[in-house]
Amino acid sequence: MFKSLPEQAQKVSVTIEDRTVQVPAHWSVAAAVLVQDMDSTRDSPVTGAPRAPYCLMGVCFECLTEIDGEPNQQACLRQVREGMVIKRQCGARRVLS
Amino acid sequence: MSADCDLVVIGAGPAGMAASVTAVELGLSVVLLDEQRAPGGQIYRDVEAPGLARPAVLGPDYDRGKALAAALRSTKLEYLPDTSVWQLSRDLEIGLHRDGRARFIKARKVIVAAGAMERPMPIPGWTLPGVMTAGAGQVLLKSAGIIPTGPVVLAGSGPLLLLLAWQYLRAGLKVDALLDTTPLGNYFSAAPMLPKALTAPGYIIKGLKLLVELRMSGIRMLSGISRLTAMGHERLGSIEFVRGSRTEVIPTKLLMLHQGVVPNTHIAVAAGCEQDWDTTQLCWKTRCDEWGATSVQGLFVAGDGAGIMGALASEHTGRLAALGVAYTLGKLGGAELQRRAAPEHSARLEQLRARPFLDTLYRPAEDFRLPADDTLLCRCEEVTAGEVRLAVGLGCAGPNQAKSYTRCGMGPCQGRVCGGMVSELIARERRMPVGEAGFYRVRPPLKPITLEQLANAATD
Amino acid sequence: MNTEFDIGVVGGGLVGVAAAQGMVGVGRRVVLFDEGDVAFRASRGNFGLVWVQGKGVDFPSYADWTRSSAELWPAFARELEAETGVRLGYSRPGGLELCMHDADYAAREAKLARLSKATEGRFEYEMLDGRALRERLPDVSTKVAGASYCPHDGHVNPLFLLRALHQSFVQRGGRYLPDHGVSAVRARHSGFEVRAGGRDWRCGRVLLAAGLGNIQLAPMLGLTLPLRPNRGQVLVTERVRPFLHLPTVQLRQTVEGSLLIGDSHEDVGFDEATVGQVMSGIARHAVTAFPMLKDLRLARAWGALRIMTSDGYPVYQESKDCPGAFVTGCHSGVTLAAVHAQRLGSWVNGNTLPEISAFSTERFNV
Repeated sequence: MFKSLPEQAQKVSVTIEDRTVQVPAHWSVAAAVLVQDMDSTRDSPVTGAPRAPYCLMGVCFECLTEIDGEPNQQACLRQVREGMVIKRQCGARRVLS
Repeated sequence: MSADCDLVVIGAGPAGMAASVTAVELGLSVVLLDEQRAPGGQIYRDVEAPGLARPAVLGPDYDRGKALAAALRSTKLEYLPDTSVWQLSRDLEIGLHRDGRARFIKARKVIVAAGAMERPMPIPGWTLPGVMTAGAGQVLLKSAGIIPTGPVVLAGSGPLLLLLAWQYLRAGLKVDALLDTTPLGNYFSAAPMLPKALTAPGYIIKGLKLLVELRMSGIRMLSGISRLTAMGHERLGSIEFVRGSRTEVIPTKLLMLHQGVVPNTHIAVAAGCEQDWDTTQLCWKTRCDEWGATSVQGLFVAGDGAGIMGALASEHTGRLAALGVAYTLGKLGGAELQRRAAPEHSARLEQLRARPFLDTLYRPAEDFRLPADDTLLCRCEEVTAGEVRLAVGLGCAGPNQAKSYTRCGMGPCQGRVCGGMVSELIARERRMPVGEAGFYRVRPPLKPITLEQLANAATD
Repeated sequence: MNTEFDIGVVGGGLVGVAAAQGMVGVGRRVVLFDEGDVAFRASRGNFGLVWVQGKGVDFPSYADWTRSSAELWPAFARELEAETGVRLGYSRPGGLELCMHDADYAAREAKLARLSKATEGRFEYEMLDGRALRERLPDVSTKVAGASYCPHDGHVNPLFLLRALHQSFVQRGGRYLPDHGVSAVRARHSGFEVRAGGRDWRCGRVLLAAGLGNIQLAPMLGLTLPLRPNRGQVLVTERVRPFLHLPTVQLRQTVEGSLLIGDSHEDVGFDEATVGQVMSGIARHAVTAFPMLKDLRLARAWGALRIMTSDGYPVYQESKDCPGAFVTGCHSGVTLAAVHAQRLGSWVNGNTLPEISAFSTERFNV
C-alpha cells in the first residue's frame, strides 16, 4: 500500500508482528507499520472491528498499537527504536501487559 | 502554585513558533510545548529534517517553515517537544506529560496554538482500514518520505486535496482518480468573492497552476460527486461513487479523504473558553478578540485554532497574541503595542482576503458532513448517526445528554473527531442553530496518561 | 382548576425520572420538566453502585429503606431491560469496602456490628482480614489491612439506567420536557402552576426532584431544605479485559471493561471542574490499593456535584403550607431508583409511606 521514496537514511531493526524489518530511524511507528501492508493494525475493543491509522496526527486514536509490551500506544506519535517490538492491539488490553 | 514562567505556548506550528519568538524578543520567559518531536506543526511537519527528495516534491511554500524553525532554534526559551498537554485549567495550571512522567507547571499567561485538524468525512465505510485523510498522506510524505504504491483514490473538496495529488505527481505517482465532491452550486456562490481573493498574495494563481498541471498530467479528475461509499470486507477493496445519474465502482486499497480543516479546539474547550459556531466555515472556534484573548483570563489563542486562516495568517496572529500577552504583563506600553501590531494586523488581513472565496467554494455539502443513519458517527465507540438521532428523539437536549445515552464521545479521542458532527446533527434534528445546540464538555486528562503517572504528578 | 397533568415532576435526573416512571405506569398524566444539555445533573456523575453496606449505621430507617431498594433491584432491572431493550449492566456479586489500616478495619467492624444489631440482623456482612481479602481479590496490595464484604451490594451502568427510565417513562405515556428549567412554582386553588419554557403548566400535584435546584424551588412551596453541593471526581480508564469481579466503593470495572475510580468529597461550591491535584490523589490511592493498575491509561474524568443534606440522609417531605407539593433529594439516586419507582408514586398521590417518615425536613429544625 505504501513505499518509501529513495532517500539516504540510517536504519534500525524492528519487529512487527514477529517479522523483523529494517526501517529508517526517523520514522514513526505508524509509518513503519503502514509500509508492511497489513490488513489492519488493531481490533476495536467495542466489537472487534478491524481498524488502521486514519489521521496520523494524534487526534483520532485509531493507530493504537502495542509497543514493547505497552498496549494502546498512539503509533503516530512514537518514533521507531532499535529492537522495538510492535504488535497489533487486539481488542481491550489485559490489566497486566 | 506560583508561576514557573511568564508565558506557556502550546503548539509549535507557525502560530506557536512566531508567538514564542516574538514573546522572547519582548522580554518574556517562555516555555513552548509541542506533542511532535520537532517544530513545524502539521503544515510544516518535520521541516527541519534533511530528506533530499522532499523539497522538490513538497513545493516552495513548505520552505517558509524552515525559516520559522531556524528563528525558534536561535531564540532563548524552553522548548519541550514530545510533550503532551493533558490539562489546562482556568487558572492556567498546565498538566504536561513527557518522558513517561506527568507533572504540573503554572503559567502567568498561556497561548494555545493547537492548530487545525481534518474535518471528518463520514461516508459509509469510512472506518475501514485503507481509508485515511489526505492530511495523513501529507504527514507520511513530509515526515517519512512515504508515498502510496497505488492504486489510490483521492476524494473530497479543498485545496489540500489538489496539493496532495500534485505532490504525489512530482514524486512520480499518478493517483487513479481525484473525485471532487465540491457542490457545483458553490462555484456560483463563490464567484462574487473572487475579485477580492485575487488581491491576496498568490493564493489563486498558485491554485490555478496546480490545477493546470494536474489536468495536463492525465489524472482522471471528476467533479460534482454527490455520493461516495467505501466498500470492503475487513479492509477497503473498492469505492462506489455517484456523479449525476451515473454510478461507478473503482477498485482500490487506499482512499484518501479530505474536506477542509477545522480548528482543534479541544484544549481551549477544556479550559472553559467560550466557543462560537462559524456558519461559513461550519466549525466551532474559540471566541477571541483581535489579540486572541479568550473568555478565560490570561488565555489567548492564535492560528487556525481561532478560526481557519492558513499558515501565513497564523504567523501574524501568533505575533499579535505575543504582543497582547506582553502588554498585559506590562512589558510594553500602549503606543509601542499599536506600533508593533499595525504591520501584523495589515499583513494578517492581506492573507485573509482569499478566505471568503475559499470558504464558500469549498463548503462541504450537508450529505457529506452528517452521516447516514447506518454510518458510524463516533468511530471510537462505534455509535451510528442513527443511534444519536434516536437519542434526540427520546428527548436528548444536546451533545452531552446524547453522549450519556449512547456513549458517543466517550472513547479515546474524547470527541475530537465526532464533536462537530454531533453538534450539527443534533441542531439539524431539533431544528435549531448549531450555536445553540452546544458541544461536548471536555475535561482533563486530555491525553491518556497512566494512573501511576497521574499519581506521581502532584508530588514531582 | 383545570389541570393539564395530574402530577408535575421537576427534575429529569435519576430521582425525578424514577418517580415519574413509576407514577405514569399506574395510569396518571405525568409531566417531567428538565433543564437543557448543560446543567449540574448529578445523575451524569454517578459512580453506579447499588450499595447497602455501611448506610444508615446510626439511622436504621435509612438502612432499611436502602436495603428494601436493593432487594427490589434485580426484578426492577429485568423489567426495565425487557421493556426498553436497554442493557443496564446490572449485577449483584456483593461488594467490598477496603480498610487501609488496622485502625480502619477495627472501626469498620464496630460500625457494621452496630448496624447489624440495629437492624436485628437483617443486614449481613463479613469482615475479611488481609489474607481472606486476598483470597477473594488476589490483586489487592498487602498494604491493605482488610475489607468488609456485603452480599447485598451490586453495581449498574447509571447512564444507561437514566436512559432506560426516560425511555420507559415516554413509552408509558409520560410527557418529557427538556430545555424546560423551572423558574417558579405557585400553589393555586386545588393545583399548582409550574413556570417553565415561557408558560405556566397546570398540575394537580407537584414533586420537586430538582437536585440542587431544590434550593431555589422548595421555599416557593413553603418547604425548607438545607442542601449543599459536594463535589466528587471520578477517573475512567481505557477498556480492560474483565478481571475485577467484585466492585468496591472506590473502584469497579464496568461491563464495557473500563475501570471507574473515585472519589473525592470536596466542598467547593457549584464547581464541577476536574482538578489535576485532586485527581492525582485519587490515582495515588488506587495504585496503593491495587498496584497492578498502575499502567492503565486514563480515558477521561469527570466532576459532579452531589446533593448533600446536612446529615447526608435523604429528604422526603410534603409541604404543610401547600398540600399536594412534595420535595425529595438524596445522593443515592441509583441505589434508591428501584424503591423510588415502586413507592414514591403512592406517596405523591397522598398515601402515607411509613418507611420514609423519618426523612422529613422536620429533623433539621432542632
